[in-house]
Amino acid sequence: MSRIVGIDLGTTNSLIAYMDKGTPRVVPNSEGVAKVPSIVGMTDNGLIVGDPAKAHLTRDPSRTIYSVKRFMGKGLADVADELKYFPYSLHEKNGVIRIEVGEKNYSPPQVSAMILKELKRRAEEFLKEDISKAVITVPAYFNDSQRQATKDAGMIAGLEVLRIINEPTAASLAYGLQKKTQGVIAIYDLGGGTFDISILKLKDGIFEVLATNGDTHLGGDDFDQRLLDVLVEEIAERHEVQVHDHPDLMQSVRLAAEGAKVRLSDEMETTVVVELPNGKYEKTLTRDAMESLVMELVERTLAPCRSALKDAELRADQIDEVVLVGGSTRMPLVRNKVEGLFGQQPHSELNPDEVVALGAAVQADILGGHNKEILLLDVTPLSLGIEAMGGVMSALIRRNTTIPTSGKEMFTTYVDGQTSVDIHILQGERELVKDNRSLARFQLKIPPLPAGVPRVEVNFLIDANGILHVTARDIRTNEAQSVEVKPSHGLTDDEVEGMIRDSFQFAEEDIKTRQVIEARTEANAIIVATDKALARASDLISEKEKVEIQRVIGVLGETQKGDDHRLIRAGIAEVEKETHHLAELLMDATLKEALESKKVSEFVK
Amino acid sequence: MCWHCQSEVTGEYLCGQCVKVQPLSKALDYFACFKLDRLLAIDEQQLERIYYELSRTFHPDFYCTKDDSEKTISLGNSAFLNSAYRVLKDPIQRVEYLIRLEAGAVKDIRSNPPADLFEEILELQEDMETFRGLSPEKDSTERAALREKLQRERERLEGRQEEMEKALGAKYQEWDELQVANADPSEARDQKNGVLRSMQEILSNRTYICNMANELLETTG
Repeated sequence: MSRIVGIDLGTTNSLIAYMDKGTPRVVPNSEGVAKVPSIVGMTDNGLIVGDPAKAHLTRDPSRTIYSVKRFMGKGLADVADELKYFPYSLHEKNGVIRIEVGEKNYSPPQVSAMILKELKRRAEEFLKEDISKAVITVPAYFNDSQRQATKDAGMIAGLEVLRIINEPTAASLAYGLQKKTQGVIAIYDLGGGTFDISILKLKDGIFEVLATNGDTHLGGDDFDQRLLDVLVEEIAERHEVQVHDHPDLMQSVRLAAEGAKVRLSDEMETTVVVELPNGKYEKTLTRDAMESLVMELVERTLAPCRSALKDAELRADQIDEVVLVGGSTRMPLVRNKVEGLFGQQPHSELNPDEVVALGAAVQADILGGHNKEILLLDVTPLSLGIEAMGGVMSALIRRNTTIPTSGKEMFTTYVDGQTSVDIHILQGERELVKDNRSLARFQLKIPPLPAGVPRVEVNFLIDANGILHVTARDIRTNEAQSVEVKPSHGLTDDEVEGMIRDSFQFAEEDIKTRQVIEARTEANAIIVATDKALARASDLISEKEKVEIQRVIGVLGETQKGDDHRLIRAGIAEVEKETHHLAELLMDATLKEALESKKVSEFVK
Repeated sequence: MCWHCQSEVTGEYLCGQCVKVQPLSKALDYFACFKLDRLLAIDEQQLERIYYELSRTFHPDFYCTKDDSEKTISLGNSAFLNSAYRVLKDPIQRVEYLIRLEAGAVKDIRSNPPADLFEEILELQEDMETFRGLSPEKDSTERAALREKLQRERERLEGRQEEMEKALGAKYQEWDELQVANADPSEARDQKNGVLRSMQEILSNRTYICNMANELLETTG
């Protein structure tokens, strides 16, 4: 079986990891950096991902997408509160957010796929082999739609997603593998956009999740926004600049806020500097001030921790070890709060940015059949149910049930000859349908019979990825029945297939764009070099030859403006042919023999 | 017979010939899945040990490289095993499941609470209604008094819940003794049904009390 990689597809940063003789390792780029900022830029010259795209944020904000994870598996109404922070326009189609970039629209899975492709490319370059299978991590508290969206992203990127695994449990695998821990551990995972708490029991290689809880909309991004709000207001007061009216400036201020927050984890005081159109804004910020800005957010993580403890039927003092995961746990305030709740100092020996990707690689190793010692038993984070009479949710599978798991429900008819029953699937902990997450709807076909006679059993199965599968069976005939489930906030199979096709097309376009850019660059270099050579050696060649060279350069100058790389290449060849004699003449006598076949462009720099 | 190679399955969960995983029998109940007798006293350590062992046999993580049929069987078996463990681990779910399994004779259990409990519930619900209607600012004294009363009621209900669970525990023992002495399911059937019925009665009253206590907790905070 070919190699399976582990991918941490994060809100702010993404990483890809692999297993190297029993040890998980992250894939670095040529500079040794493993983190790829989860940012995608659509430039005139094609797609850019990661650090180059981050640089693009302030230059071309409306075409640079960041924090796309926040939109996965969601509709427009879900993100209404924070639209003002994002520099691009969004709309909704079939319950799925679409991000508008120029003429085109992208669904969040498509944008995530661009990040996945970049990670895949990096791993292929580093490992010198094709990568087609992956384990991808998601926040433990992600619902079915968000998990499905992540799986779709993998497919669009040309990856077979063998498993969707929860981030805190992935971290526990990396951590447990290294420390050979036994006992009950709590993983506190505060990332860029999401918060998870998972409580696990580690015993003889079994990693059994007892309970998980969290908030998929709480993370470092929110900390940045708190500071951002203060800065924006102060800039308006002091400099009379409305940052909200300048998307590029908004991004500069946001990055300045993020930078200040990060520095304040090590320093007690820092200065925020933002260049404004009409001057410079400076503000000195203390750690205390930053902490009071985000205190309420950090404290908000404690309630899910208590709920998880309660569901695991444990007291805080029964936890043997607490492990910190995610970049936001570098904040001393977070550490203090966690220590306060659990009454012990939390661990962070493994790099909190890398530990999730490393754990995903461990899980990949298990799935590949290379590690039979470790087995992860994870849970579904949210209760699953269906809409019952009176707009209430009737739960079929409770939260924190070990997966895979299934719940069955029998359906019948209330009217003679009734041929269908509408079923609405929900996820959440609230009593009323409207307070829970709508996952999907489907129409159950029923044979026309007197009321109450038909009996169709529907099986709701949550697989090891935490993703729901619905099947139905007519009890009277014992025949399986096909069920067409329509997701409330997800892409249909057809849409995903279309996006996979588009993605191949994009890939072709990308290759074309790259070829044009390369040809253009070469053409420009030749034109400059030939001009220089002509100026230096004009008296060595005939007027006729000189006119001919100037003509072919003129032609190349025109073709390189177009986007046909073959024409440009032909033009380059033409110039090279016409300047061959000139190049020869220019060569120093002693070099002449050695450099006979060289071109003028290489000779004159 | 093995679904794959059609040979007789000699292994316990895997075919002795082709080593393919076999689907668990549809007739298998949770107790049988764990090779346990239908007793209510369970050694939790042993239960966990068997659960981990079976998980290592069935979990989809170990079938990723196998074909689709095996993947589907592994998924189904795992889902069943997880349900079985969840139910057997919890003493209340365990007895509820046992009663369902032995259902035949205990269908005639009334589902309404006994009259005295019913009256109590009505009274408490009225009090809660009043409490919700009181404003925390204007009626603060009255509200505080009522809250205290409701909290006392909750503590009393919780005490009763504990008593019921103790009574249930005694019934567990009674059941297990009957089961051990009369291994054949048809032996001492009337006595067994009697125990099942009284357990069912305690359970349904317990449910009312639990729900009431939870509602009180939610109302008073």
